[in-house]
Amino acid sequence: MTGIAENVFRLLVFPGLVFTLVIGMFGCWVLRKVSALIQWRVGPPWYQPWVDVLKLAGKELLIPEQANAVVFLAAPVVGLAAAVLVSTVLWNALLGRHAYVGDLIVVLYLSVIPSLALIMGSSASASPHAAIGASREMKLILSYELPMAAAMVVALIKAAASGSPSGQVLDLSSLSAAKVIWSISGFMAFLVSLLCIHAKLGLVPFDIAESETELAGGILIEYSGILMGIWRLVQAVLLVALPLLLIAVFLGGFGTGRWAILAGFGKLVLLWVLLILIKNTNPRVRIDQAMRFFWFVCTPALVIAVILAILGRFYGIGWL
Amino acid sequence: MGWRLWSLKRSVWVYHVNAGACNNCDIEVVDLLTPRFDVERFGIRLVGSPRQADALLVTGVGTRQAIKRLQDAYIQTAKPCLVFCIGACACGCGIFEGAYHVSGPVDQAIKSIDPDAIIAYVPGCPPKPEAIVSGVVKALSVV
Repeated sequence: MTGIAENVFRLLVFPGLVFTLVIGMFGCWVLRKVSALIQWRVGPPWYQPWVDVLKLAGKELLIPEQANAVVFLAAPVVGLAAAVLVSTVLWNALLGRHAYVGDLIVVLYLSVIPSLALIMGSSASASPHAAIGASREMKLILSYELPMAAAMVVALIKAAASGSPSGQVLDLSSLSAAKVIWSISGFMAFLVSLLCIHAKLGLVPFDIAESETELAGGILIEYSGILMGIWRLVQAVLLVALPLLLIAVFLGGFGTGRWAILAGFGKLVLLWVLLILIKNTNPRVRIDQAMRFFWFVCTPALVIAVILAILGRFYGIGWL
Repeated sequence: MGWRLWSLKRSVWVYHVNAGACNNCDIEVVDLLTPRFDVERFGIRLVGSPRQADALLVTGVGTRQAIKRLQDAYIQTAKPCLVFCIGACACGCGIFEGAYHVSGPVDQAIKSIDPDAIIAYVPGCPPKPEAIVSGVVKALSVV
Protein backbone atom coordinates (compact mmCIF):
# COMPACT_ATOMS: atom_id res chain seq x y z
CA MET A 1 0.00 0.00 0.00
CA THR A 2 2.80 2.39 0.85
CA GLY A 3 4.32 1.68 -2.55
CA ILE A 4 1.16 2.85 -4.30
CA ALA A 5 0.92 5.95 -2.09
CA GLU A 6 4.54 6.76 -2.81
CA ASN A 7 4.03 6.40 -6.54
CA VAL A 8 0.92 8.58 -6.48
CA PHE A 9 2.84 11.20 -4.50
CA ARG A 10 5.68 11.04 -7.03
CA LEU A 11 3.28 11.50 -9.92
CA LEU A 12 1.10 14.23 -8.47
CA VAL A 13 3.29 16.25 -6.14
CA PHE A 14 7.04 15.72 -6.29
CA PRO A 15 8.60 15.47 -8.83
CA GLY A 16 5.44 15.13 -10.92
CA LEU A 17 2.52 17.47 -11.50
CA VAL A 18 2.82 20.18 -8.82
CA PHE A 19 6.61 20.55 -8.82
CA THR A 20 6.84 20.56 -12.62
CA LEU A 21 3.94 22.98 -12.91
CA VAL A 22 5.52 25.48 -10.52
CA ILE A 23 8.71 25.46 -12.59
CA GLY A 24 6.83 25.31 -15.89
CA MET A 25 4.55 28.24 -15.10
CA PHE A 26 7.63 30.18 -14.06
CA GLY A 27 9.13 29.19 -17.42
CA CYS A 28 6.04 30.43 -19.28
CA TRP A 29 6.38 33.75 -17.51
CA VAL A 30 10.11 33.93 -18.32
CA LEU A 31 9.27 33.23 -21.96
CA ARG A 32 6.73 36.07 -22.10
CA LYS A 33 8.69 38.50 -19.95
CA VAL A 34 11.98 38.12 -21.84
CA SER A 35 10.14 38.33 -25.19
CA ALA A 36 8.61 41.57 -23.90
CA LEU A 37 12.00 42.92 -22.83
CA ILE A 38 13.45 42.08 -26.24
CA GLN A 39 10.61 44.09 -27.81
CA TRP A 40 11.41 46.98 -25.45
CA ARG A 41 8.25 46.74 -23.37
CA VAL A 42 7.43 45.90 -19.77
CA GLY A 43 5.63 42.59 -20.10
CA PRO A 44 3.26 40.72 -17.80
CA PRO A 45 3.67 40.30 -14.03
CA TRP A 46 5.07 37.03 -12.66
CA TYR A 47 1.67 35.60 -11.74
CA GLN A 48 0.21 36.08 -15.23
CA PRO A 49 0.27 32.40 -16.35
CA TRP A 50 -1.45 31.36 -13.10
CA VAL A 51 -4.10 34.08 -13.46
CA ASP A 52 -4.74 33.02 -17.05
CA VAL A 53 -5.41 29.43 -16.02
CA LEU A 54 -7.50 30.52 -13.02
CA LYS A 55 -9.60 32.73 -15.25
CA LEU A 56 -10.06 29.97 -17.81
CA ALA A 57 -11.20 27.67 -15.00
CA GLY A 58 -13.92 30.16 -14.08
CA LYS A 59 -15.23 30.58 -17.61
CA GLU A 60 -18.07 28.82 -19.36
CA LEU A 61 -17.18 25.56 -21.11
CA LEU A 62 -18.52 25.45 -24.65
CA ILE A 63 -18.68 22.21 -26.64
CA PRO A 64 -19.37 22.65 -30.36
CA GLU A 65 -22.67 21.12 -31.48
CA GLN A 66 -21.18 18.78 -34.08
CA ALA A 67 -18.15 17.84 -32.04
CA ASN A 68 -17.46 14.35 -30.75
CA ALA A 69 -17.82 15.39 -27.13
CA VAL A 70 -16.02 12.42 -25.53
CA VAL A 71 -12.84 12.79 -27.59
CA PHE A 72 -13.03 16.57 -27.37
CA LEU A 73 -13.18 16.43 -23.56
CA ALA A 74 -10.73 13.56 -23.10
CA ALA A 75 -7.93 14.88 -25.32
CA PRO A 76 -6.57 17.58 -22.97
CA VAL A 77 -6.66 15.18 -20.01
CA VAL A 78 -4.77 12.51 -21.98
CA GLY A 79 -2.25 15.13 -23.06
CA LEU A 80 -1.71 16.35 -19.50
CA ALA A 81 -1.39 12.79 -18.16
CA ALA A 82 1.27 11.92 -20.74
CA ALA A 83 3.16 15.17 -20.16
CA VAL A 84 3.17 14.62 -16.38
CA LEU A 85 4.35 11.03 -16.84
CA VAL A 86 7.23 12.19 -19.06
CA SER A 87 8.32 14.81 -16.58
CA THR A 88 8.08 12.37 -13.65
CA VAL A 89 10.25 9.78 -15.40
CA LEU A 90 12.79 12.46 -16.33
CA TRP A 91 12.93 14.06 -12.88
CA ASN A 92 13.28 10.62 -11.30
CA ALA A 93 16.19 9.82 -13.57
CA LEU A 94 17.84 13.21 -13.02
CA LEU A 95 17.23 13.92 -9.31
CA GLY A 96 16.28 10.68 -7.63
CA ARG A 97 18.54 8.35 -9.60
CA HIS A 98 15.67 6.02 -10.41
CA ALA A 99 16.77 5.44 -13.99
CA TYR A 100 16.06 2.08 -15.58
CA VAL A 101 17.03 0.43 -18.85
CA GLY A 102 14.84 1.68 -21.68
CA ASP A 103 13.51 4.83 -20.01
CA LEU A 104 14.80 6.85 -22.97
CA ILE A 105 12.46 4.89 -25.24
CA VAL A 106 9.57 5.41 -22.80
CA VAL A 107 10.20 9.15 -22.72
CA LEU A 108 10.45 9.45 -26.51
CA TYR A 109 7.26 7.44 -26.88
CA LEU A 110 5.27 9.35 -24.25
CA SER A 111 6.42 12.77 -25.41
CA VAL A 112 4.58 12.27 -28.72
CA ILE A 113 1.26 11.68 -26.95
CA PRO A 114 0.49 15.36 -26.06
CA SER A 115 0.85 16.28 -29.75
CA LEU A 116 -1.31 13.32 -30.77
CA ALA A 117 -3.92 14.28 -28.16
CA LEU A 118 -3.93 17.80 -29.59
CA ILE A 119 -4.57 16.37 -33.07
CA MET A 120 -7.34 14.13 -31.70
CA GLY A 121 -9.04 16.93 -29.80
CA SER A 122 -8.93 19.40 -32.65
CA SER A 123 -10.13 16.85 -35.19
CA ALA A 124 -13.05 16.05 -32.89
CA SER A 125 -14.09 19.71 -32.70
CA ALA A 126 -15.59 19.75 -36.23
CA SER A 127 -14.07 23.10 -37.16
CA PRO A 128 -12.38 23.54 -40.56
CA HIS A 129 -9.72 25.78 -39.00
CA ALA A 130 -8.95 23.10 -36.45
CA ALA A 131 -8.83 20.45 -39.18
CA ILE A 132 -6.20 22.42 -41.09
CA GLY A 133 -4.30 22.97 -37.85
CA ALA A 134 -4.45 19.26 -37.06
CA SER A 135 -3.13 18.26 -40.47
CA ARG A 136 -0.27 20.74 -40.08
CA GLU A 137 0.53 19.43 -36.61
CA MET A 138 0.62 15.90 -38.00
CA LYS A 139 3.03 16.91 -40.76
CA LEU A 140 5.14 18.72 -38.19
CA ILE A 141 5.35 15.57 -36.04
CA LEU A 142 6.41 13.57 -39.10
CA SER A 143 9.05 16.22 -39.81
CA TYR A 144 10.74 16.45 -36.43
CA GLU A 145 10.47 12.89 -35.13
CA LEU A 146 12.96 11.58 -37.68
CA PRO A 147 15.84 13.94 -36.79
CA MET A 148 14.92 13.63 -33.08
CA ALA A 149 15.35 9.84 -33.22
CA ALA A 150 18.56 10.21 -35.23
CA ALA A 151 19.93 12.62 -32.60
CA MET A 152 19.22 10.02 -29.91
CA VAL A 153 21.10 7.41 -31.98
CA VAL A 154 24.14 9.72 -32.01
CA ALA A 155 23.90 10.12 -28.24
CA LEU A 156 23.67 6.33 -27.75
CA ILE A 157 26.73 5.69 -29.92
CA LYS A 158 28.73 8.32 -28.02
CA ALA A 159 27.62 6.89 -24.67
CA ALA A 160 28.58 3.37 -25.74
CA ALA A 161 31.96 4.66 -26.95
CA SER A 162 32.71 6.36 -23.65
CA GLY A 163 32.17 3.06 -21.87
CA SER A 164 29.22 3.79 -19.63
CA PRO A 165 29.75 2.58 -16.05
CA SER A 166 26.77 0.25 -15.81
CA GLY A 167 27.43 -1.33 -19.18
CA GLN A 168 23.98 -0.38 -20.37
CA VAL A 169 23.57 2.77 -22.45
CA LEU A 170 19.81 2.76 -22.87
CA ASP A 171 19.04 4.43 -19.55
CA LEU A 172 19.11 8.14 -18.93
CA SER A 173 21.63 8.26 -16.10
CA SER A 174 24.37 6.46 -18.06
CA LEU A 175 23.60 8.74 -21.03
CA SER A 176 24.02 11.73 -18.68
CA ALA A 177 27.31 10.36 -17.44
CA ALA A 178 28.68 10.36 -21.01
CA LYS A 179 28.31 14.19 -21.43
CA VAL A 180 27.65 13.71 -25.14
CA ILE A 181 27.80 17.43 -26.05
CA TRP A 182 31.63 17.63 -25.77
CA SER A 183 32.19 16.19 -29.24
CA ILE A 184 31.51 17.35 -32.77
CA SER A 185 28.79 14.78 -33.52
CA GLY A 186 27.23 15.24 -30.08
CA PHE A 187 27.08 19.01 -30.53
CA MET A 188 25.45 18.64 -33.95
CA ALA A 189 22.88 16.24 -32.48
CA PHE A 190 22.22 18.67 -29.60
CA LEU A 191 21.57 21.60 -31.94
CA VAL A 192 19.19 19.59 -34.11
CA SER A 193 17.28 18.16 -31.17
CA LEU A 194 16.98 21.69 -29.71
CA LEU A 195 15.19 22.69 -32.92
CA CYS A 196 13.07 19.53 -32.66
CA ILE A 197 11.86 20.34 -29.15
CA HIS A 198 11.26 23.91 -30.30
CA ALA A 199 8.90 22.53 -32.94
CA LYS A 200 7.35 20.16 -30.40
CA LEU A 201 6.62 23.07 -28.06
CA GLY A 202 5.00 24.95 -30.93
CA LEU A 203 7.04 28.12 -30.41
CA VAL A 204 7.22 30.81 -33.01
CA PRO A 205 9.11 29.72 -36.08
CA PHE A 206 7.24 26.40 -35.86
CA ASP A 207 3.85 27.54 -34.50
CA ILE A 208 2.44 26.56 -37.88
CA ALA A 209 -0.41 24.54 -36.39
CA GLU A 210 -1.65 27.41 -34.21
CA SER A 211 -0.74 30.32 -36.47
CA GLU A 212 -2.95 33.03 -35.03
CA THR A 213 -2.82 35.31 -38.06
CA GLU A 214 -4.03 32.79 -40.64
CA LEU A 215 -5.80 29.98 -38.76
CA ALA A 216 -7.01 32.14 -35.85
CA GLY A 217 -5.71 29.71 -33.25
CA GLY A 218 -5.80 26.60 -35.46
CA ILE A 219 -5.79 23.45 -33.37
CA LEU A 220 -7.02 25.22 -30.24
CA ILE A 221 -9.71 27.33 -31.90
CA GLU A 222 -12.75 25.55 -30.39
CA TYR A 223 -11.33 25.07 -26.91
CA SER A 224 -12.71 27.28 -24.16
CA GLY A 225 -12.86 27.43 -20.40
CA ILE A 226 -11.07 24.85 -18.29
CA LEU A 227 -10.12 22.69 -21.31
CA MET A 228 -8.12 25.60 -22.73
CA GLY A 229 -6.64 25.97 -19.25
CA ILE A 230 -5.54 22.33 -19.31
CA TRP A 231 -3.84 22.88 -22.67
CA ARG A 232 -1.95 25.78 -21.08
CA LEU A 233 -0.87 23.45 -18.27
CA VAL A 234 0.29 20.86 -20.83
CA GLN A 235 2.37 23.60 -22.48
CA ALA A 236 3.88 24.53 -19.12
CA VAL A 237 4.76 20.93 -18.23
CA LEU A 238 6.31 20.31 -21.65
CA LEU A 239 8.32 23.51 -21.30
CA VAL A 240 10.10 21.73 -18.45
CA ALA A 241 10.00 18.12 -19.64
CA LEU A 242 11.48 18.54 -23.12
CA PRO A 243 14.49 20.66 -22.05
CA LEU A 244 15.02 18.10 -19.24
CA LEU A 245 15.26 15.38 -21.88
CA LEU A 246 18.02 17.31 -23.64
CA ILE A 247 19.78 17.93 -20.31
CA ALA A 248 19.67 14.23 -19.51
CA VAL A 249 20.81 13.04 -22.92
CA PHE A 250 23.31 15.70 -24.02
CA LEU A 251 24.24 18.09 -21.23
CA GLY A 252 25.30 15.67 -18.52
CA GLY A 253 22.23 15.63 -16.30
CA PHE A 254 21.85 17.18 -12.85
CA GLY A 255 24.51 15.35 -10.89
CA THR A 256 24.40 15.03 -7.09
CA GLY A 257 25.14 17.50 -4.37
CA ARG A 258 23.84 21.00 -3.84
CA TRP A 259 25.96 22.83 -6.42
CA ALA A 260 25.48 20.18 -9.08
CA ILE A 261 21.69 20.47 -8.75
CA LEU A 262 21.96 24.26 -8.95
CA ALA A 263 24.06 23.83 -12.10
CA GLY A 264 21.36 21.52 -13.44
CA PHE A 265 18.73 24.24 -13.04
CA GLY A 266 21.22 26.59 -14.70
CA LYS A 267 21.22 24.26 -17.70
CA LEU A 268 17.42 24.41 -17.76
CA VAL A 269 17.53 28.22 -17.80
CA LEU A 270 20.20 28.13 -20.51
CA LEU A 271 17.94 25.99 -22.72
CA TRP A 272 15.05 28.39 -22.06
CA VAL A 273 17.25 31.30 -23.13
CA LEU A 274 18.17 29.50 -26.36
CA LEU A 275 14.49 28.76 -27.05
CA ILE A 276 13.56 32.41 -26.40
CA LEU A 277 16.31 33.64 -28.71
CA ILE A 278 15.17 31.34 -31.54
CA LYS A 279 11.56 32.35 -30.88
CA ASN A 280 12.19 36.08 -31.02
CA THR A 281 14.52 36.24 -34.00
CA ASN A 282 12.58 34.15 -36.50
CA PRO A 283 9.30 34.66 -38.32
CA ARG A 284 6.93 31.75 -38.79
CA VAL A 285 7.85 29.33 -41.57
CA ARG A 286 5.39 27.56 -43.85
CA ILE A 287 4.72 23.88 -43.25
CA ASP A 288 6.52 22.82 -46.45
CA GLN A 289 9.54 24.90 -45.46
CA ALA A 290 9.56 23.28 -42.03
CA MET A 291 9.35 19.77 -43.50
CA ARG A 292 12.10 20.51 -46.00
CA PHE A 293 14.26 21.95 -43.22
CA PHE A 294 13.87 18.95 -40.93
CA TRP A 295 14.15 16.26 -43.58
CA PHE A 296 16.68 17.67 -46.02
CA VAL A 297 18.86 19.83 -43.76
CA CYS A 298 18.67 18.37 -40.25
CA THR A 299 18.51 14.69 -41.15
CA PRO A 300 21.54 14.68 -43.53
CA ALA A 301 23.46 16.65 -40.91
CA LEU A 302 22.65 13.92 -38.42
CA VAL A 303 23.65 11.17 -40.87
CA ILE A 304 27.06 12.87 -40.98
CA ALA A 305 27.02 13.07 -37.17
CA VAL A 306 26.23 9.34 -36.89
CA ILE A 307 29.12 8.53 -39.25
CA LEU A 308 31.45 10.77 -37.22
CA ALA A 309 30.33 9.12 -34.00
CA ILE A 310 30.89 5.61 -35.40
CA LEU A 311 34.35 6.62 -36.69
CA GLY A 312 35.14 8.16 -33.32
CA ARG A 313 34.18 4.95 -31.57
CA PHE A 314 36.06 2.75 -34.03
CA TYR A 315 39.31 4.70 -33.78
CA GLY A 316 38.83 5.70 -30.17
CA ILE A 317 38.73 9.46 -30.82
CA GLY A 318 36.61 11.07 -28.10
CA TRP A 319 36.09 14.52 -29.63
CA LEU A 320 34.78 13.30 -32.98
CA MET B 1 -17.99 35.44 -7.90
CA GLY B 2 -14.84 36.59 -6.06
CA TRP B 3 -11.92 34.71 -7.62
CA ARG B 4 -13.55 34.54 -11.05
CA LEU B 5 -13.91 38.29 -11.31
CA TRP B 6 -10.50 38.88 -9.77
CA SER B 7 -8.75 36.69 -12.33
CA LEU B 8 -10.93 37.90 -15.21
CA LYS B 9 -9.90 41.49 -14.56
CA ARG B 10 -6.23 40.58 -14.60
CA SER B 11 -6.34 38.46 -17.73
CA VAL B 12 -8.63 39.96 -20.36
CA TRP B 13 -8.28 38.20 -23.71
CA VAL B 14 -9.86 40.24 -26.45
CA TYR B 15 -11.39 39.25 -29.75
CA HIS B 16 -11.76 41.90 -32.40
CA VAL B 17 -15.07 41.98 -34.33
CA ASN B 18 -15.42 44.28 -37.30
CA ALA B 19 -19.14 44.93 -37.73
CA GLY B 20 -18.80 47.03 -40.85
CA ALA B 21 -16.26 49.63 -39.82
CA CYS B 22 -14.37 51.91 -42.19
CA ASN B 23 -11.09 50.40 -40.89
CA ASN B 24 -10.07 53.51 -38.97
CA CYS B 25 -11.02 52.09 -35.58
CA ASP B 26 -9.49 48.73 -36.57
CA ILE B 27 -6.16 50.42 -37.22
CA GLU B 28 -6.34 52.03 -33.78
CA VAL B 29 -7.18 48.67 -32.17
CA VAL B 30 -4.20 47.06 -33.90
CA ASP B 31 -2.11 50.03 -32.75
CA LEU B 32 -3.19 49.28 -29.21
CA LEU B 33 -1.59 45.83 -29.36
CA THR B 34 1.83 47.04 -30.51
CA PRO B 35 4.82 47.15 -28.13
CA ARG B 36 4.41 50.93 -27.75
CA PHE B 37 1.26 50.58 -25.64
CA ASP B 38 2.14 47.12 -24.29
CA VAL B 39 -1.27 46.01 -23.02
CA GLU B 40 0.25 42.65 -22.04
CA ARG B 41 1.28 44.49 -18.84
CA PHE B 42 -2.37 44.22 -17.81
CA GLY B 43 -2.72 40.67 -19.07
CA ILE B 44 -4.59 41.75 -22.19
CA ARG B 45 -3.98 39.51 -25.20
CA LEU B 46 -5.49 39.31 -28.66
CA VAL B 47 -6.91 35.85 -29.38
CA GLY B 48 -8.14 34.48 -32.67
CA SER B 49 -11.26 32.74 -31.46
CA PRO B 50 -14.30 34.07 -29.57
CA ARG B 51 -14.36 30.80 -27.59
CA GLN B 52 -11.34 31.99 -25.63
CA ALA B 53 -12.28 35.67 -25.49
CA ASP B 54 -13.29 37.64 -22.41
CA ALA B 55 -14.03 40.86 -24.26
CA LEU B 56 -15.30 41.60 -27.74
CA LEU B 57 -13.87 44.76 -29.24
CA VAL B 58 -16.62 45.71 -31.67
CA THR B 59 -15.93 48.37 -34.28
CA GLY B 60 -18.28 49.62 -36.96
CA VAL B 61 -21.85 50.59 -37.41
CA GLY B 62 -23.44 47.16 -37.54
CA THR B 63 -24.45 46.71 -41.17
CA ARG B 64 -27.27 44.40 -42.20
CA GLN B 65 -24.74 41.79 -43.31
CA ALA B 66 -22.50 42.07 -40.26
CA ILE B 67 -25.02 42.32 -37.44
CA LYS B 68 -26.03 38.63 -37.68
CA ARG B 69 -22.37 37.59 -37.54
CA LEU B 70 -21.80 39.87 -34.58
CA GLN B 71 -24.66 38.20 -32.73
CA ASP B 72 -23.27 34.76 -33.64
CA ALA B 73 -19.85 35.77 -32.35
CA TYR B 74 -21.42 36.99 -29.11
CA ILE B 75 -23.32 33.72 -28.64
CA GLN B 76 -20.13 31.74 -29.26
CA THR B 77 -18.14 33.72 -26.71
CA ALA B 78 -17.62 31.94 -23.41
CA LYS B 79 -19.44 33.85 -20.67
CA PRO B 80 -18.82 35.90 -18.57
CA CYS B 81 -17.68 38.38 -21.19
CA LEU B 82 -17.69 42.11 -21.86
CA VAL B 83 -18.52 43.98 -25.04
CA PHE B 84 -16.61 47.14 -25.93
CA CYS B 85 -18.13 49.41 -28.56
CA ILE B 86 -15.11 51.14 -30.08
CA GLY B 87 -15.70 54.36 -31.99
CA ALA B 88 -18.62 56.65 -32.77
CA CYS B 89 -20.23 54.18 -35.20
CA ALA B 90 -20.35 51.29 -32.76
CA CYS B 91 -21.56 53.56 -29.95
CA GLY B 92 -24.51 55.01 -31.81
CA CYS B 93 -24.30 54.62 -35.60
CA GLY B 94 -22.50 57.96 -35.99
CA ILE B 95 -23.04 59.71 -39.30
CA PHE B 96 -24.61 56.57 -40.77
CA GLU B 97 -27.69 56.69 -38.53
CA GLY B 98 -30.81 55.85 -40.55
CA ALA B 99 -28.87 54.82 -43.65
CA TYR B 100 -30.28 52.01 -45.78
CA HIS B 101 -27.55 49.50 -44.96
CA VAL B 102 -27.52 50.08 -41.21
CA SER B 103 -29.26 47.60 -38.96
CA GLY B 104 -29.33 49.41 -35.67
CA PRO B 105 -26.56 50.25 -33.21
CA VAL B 106 -24.31 47.49 -31.89
CA ASP B 107 -25.51 47.64 -28.30
CA GLN B 108 -29.14 47.07 -29.28
CA ALA B 109 -28.16 44.07 -31.40
CA ILE B 110 -26.33 42.55 -28.44
CA LYS B 111 -29.08 43.43 -25.94
CA SER B 112 -31.68 41.81 -28.19
CA ILE B 113 -30.05 38.40 -27.71
CA ASP B 114 -28.75 38.89 -24.16
CA PRO B 115 -30.44 41.60 -22.06
CA ASP B 116 -27.84 41.21 -19.29
CA ALA B 117 -24.83 41.88 -21.52
CA ILE B 118 -22.17 44.17 -20.09
CA ILE B 119 -21.46 46.85 -22.66
CA ALA B 120 -18.88 49.64 -22.44
CA TYR B 121 -18.49 52.52 -24.87
CA VAL B 122 -15.36 54.25 -26.16
CA PRO B 123 -16.46 57.14 -28.39
CA GLY B 124 -14.25 58.89 -30.92
CA CYS B 125 -13.75 58.82 -34.67
CA PRO B 126 -11.46 56.98 -34.32
CA PRO B 127 -10.68 56.84 -30.58
CA LYS B 128 -6.97 57.08 -29.79
CA PRO B 129 -5.31 53.95 -28.37
CA GLU B 130 -4.87 55.89 -25.12
CA ALA B 131 -8.62 56.46 -25.03
CA ILE B 132 -9.28 52.75 -25.58
CA VAL B 133 -6.87 51.80 -22.75
CA SER B 134 -8.53 54.33 -20.47
CA GLY B 135 -11.98 53.03 -21.43
CA VAL B 136 -11.00 49.42 -20.76
CA VAL B 137 -9.46 50.31 -17.39
CA LYS B 138 -12.53 52.33 -16.35
CA ALA B 139 -14.88 49.55 -17.41
CA LEU B 140 -12.88 46.94 -15.51
CA SER B 141 -12.85 49.09 -12.38
CA VAL B 142 -16.64 49.42 -12.51
CA VAL B 143 -17.45 45.75 -13.21
